[in-house]
Amino acid sequence: MRPSAVRLLNILVPIKRAVDYAVKIRVNPEQTGIDLNVKHSMNPFDEIAVEEAVRIRERLKDAVKSIKVVTIGPPKSAETLRTALAMGADSAIHVEIPESAPAPEPLGVAKTLKALIERQKEGVDVVIMGKQAIDDDAGQTGQMLAGLMGWSQATFASKVVVDPEQKVANVTREIDGGLEELRCKLPVIITTDLRQVHLQPRYASLPNIMKAKKKPVEKLTATDLGIDLTPRLETIKVTEPPKRVGGGKVANVDELLAKLKEVGITGKRA
Amino acid sequence: MLKVRTSLLNRLLARSYATAPSPHALVFLEHHQGDLDSASLSALTAASQLGGQVTGLVVGSPEEVPSVVEKAKRLNGLSTLLHSASPQYSTLLPETISPLFEKLLSQNSPFTHVVSAHSSSAKSILPRVAAKLDVPAVSDITSLEHDAASGSTTFTRPIYAGNAISTVRASSSIPIKFFTVRSTAFAAAGAEDAAGSEVKALDPVEVSDAPSEHLGTSLTKSDRPDLGVASRVVSGGRALKNAETFQSTLYPLADALGAAVGASRAAVDAGYADNSLQVGQTGKVVAPELYMALGISGAIQHLAGMKDSKLIIAVNKDPDAPIFQVADVGLVADLFEVVPEMVEKLKQ
Repeated sequence: MRPSAVRLLNILVPIKRAVDYAVKIRVNPEQTGIDLNVKHSMNPFDEIAVEEAVRIRERLKDAVKSIKVVTIGPPKSAETLRTALAMGADSAIHVEIPESAPAPEPLGVAKTLKALIERQKEGVDVVIMGKQAIDDDAGQTGQMLAGLMGWSQATFASKVVVDPEQKVANVTREIDGGLEELRCKLPVIITTDLRQVHLQPRYASLPNIMKAKKKPVEKLTATDLGIDLTPRLETIKVTEPPKRVGGGKVANVDELLAKLKEVGITGKRA
Repeated sequence: MLKVRTSLLNRLLARSYATAPSPHALVFLEHHQGDLDSASLSALTAASQLGGQVTGLVVGSPEEVPSVVEKAKRLNGLSTLLHSASPQYSTLLPETISPLFEKLLSQNSPFTHVVSAHSSSAKSILPRVAAKLDVPAVSDITSLEHDAASGSTTFTRPIYAGNAISTVRASSSIPIKFFTVRSTAFAAAGAEDAAGSEVKALDPVEVSDAPSEHLGTSLTKSDRPDLGVASRVVSGGRALKNAETFQSTLYPLADALGAAVGASRAAVDAGYADNSLQVGQTGKVVAPELYMALGISGAIQHLAGMKDSKLIIAVNKDPDAPIFQVADVGLVADLFEVVPEMVEKLKQ
């Protein structure tokens, strides 16, 4: 085998604009969804993904050729792309959908991402994205994309080490009851877990925000990509969860334990 | 047995009238160290509620599978049990397991639904398979209803961290309906049915050049019950100060109650407790008989993980902490005084 130059990595980071995690959401009176006239921001898991991508470049320097962010969403999602660009991504793609269009489902998003990956002339080596969006809480898109591409996948990642020479990524995953380590061949789809104490997403500095305004954003539509984003599951209604009412307070431990006893909870005899 | 015959009869009738086929669910039964996961038993209960046949699937290494099959074949509600053993199934890599599912579900597949627990393995595997079959998936359902006449299934599932409930319908145009089940919303299926199900071995689908490789697993060891299925949970927040205080304060109480230990994200992020103990939107969702929140303010992300608990007890110094709005019993006090007193009195 003749020696070949180390392939430079191209990283793609899909992100989503979602209702801010701190907002107390309200179901609309028509029960078709929630009131969306509230603060929105980047899905927190995606913020971790952008941060991770930027840190991969900080560690690997020139081995990372590009970090591209992509979003599929209404015109306002452009703000979310700018935030990611200000955090350190180089360029962005906005697959714009009408403001009134229903939210695309994970499968539609995965198909769109596949079409976008296939358009990248230099290819994509690492896709890093959030493990779930905090609005629909589906947690499917990354796995679906990995299936459609036939690529390796590492979900719920808490640590990512990319080795561009070996063309592998070692990923530590959060699993039920502990951690698991995988070695994935590139190209790979990684989904990030929030439980990463070390990964505080950076705040974009003002100069970086200014620079981000000049970074290129490519605009496309689902039709350009030949994708139908019509949901296949029918949302019949969205309702408030059953309300829990606080039962009031007690004055001391004895009263507390008496309440426990009432429902049959006592100490466990060794 | 009567139930099985009725559903068979229904299916025959349905077929002869050329309407939607009677539901036939494939349930992915997960296991650890020879025991079936309780979350999978809840998934089986959900699958049974579709009102049709239910087939179980056990995969694993040749050492594990036989003993798991022995237990699984007696499960209530299971008509058939499929199993597949291969050294390559000893860890559930989605890249290696998916081809088996695809083979089982493609071409003349009898299955109308694919069901699993909302576990970390199933969440990784099933969406990958669904995408390959070009069907959507429904995550973390809390109830379901199948309409045999139209072949559509309606699910409810929490969205926005449990702050809203969405009702969605998968119509008959989706030939195979994938869904994962919130285990705390369904009782675990029992194994009293001595009849046993029909057991069939499936050839594993060899994947030669798998794009990923398992290097190792490290599980958090604990003598206490597993957080996900414990009937009592004692949970601590940032007020616990540090890892030593977290352990020295909460563990004696957990032991006195026979409870599992949980933590808020603040406590996990501050390094007081292991990630695997986190309760909330980004951690585990629990619904025990008793949830005791100590020094936890009750952010919506935390409430999403525990508000379906039967009895919520909160101890917090701050009388305005949001946790008191959901707690059945609240005590405004310093937990460092209250917890040792509780331990003492529980031991009496």
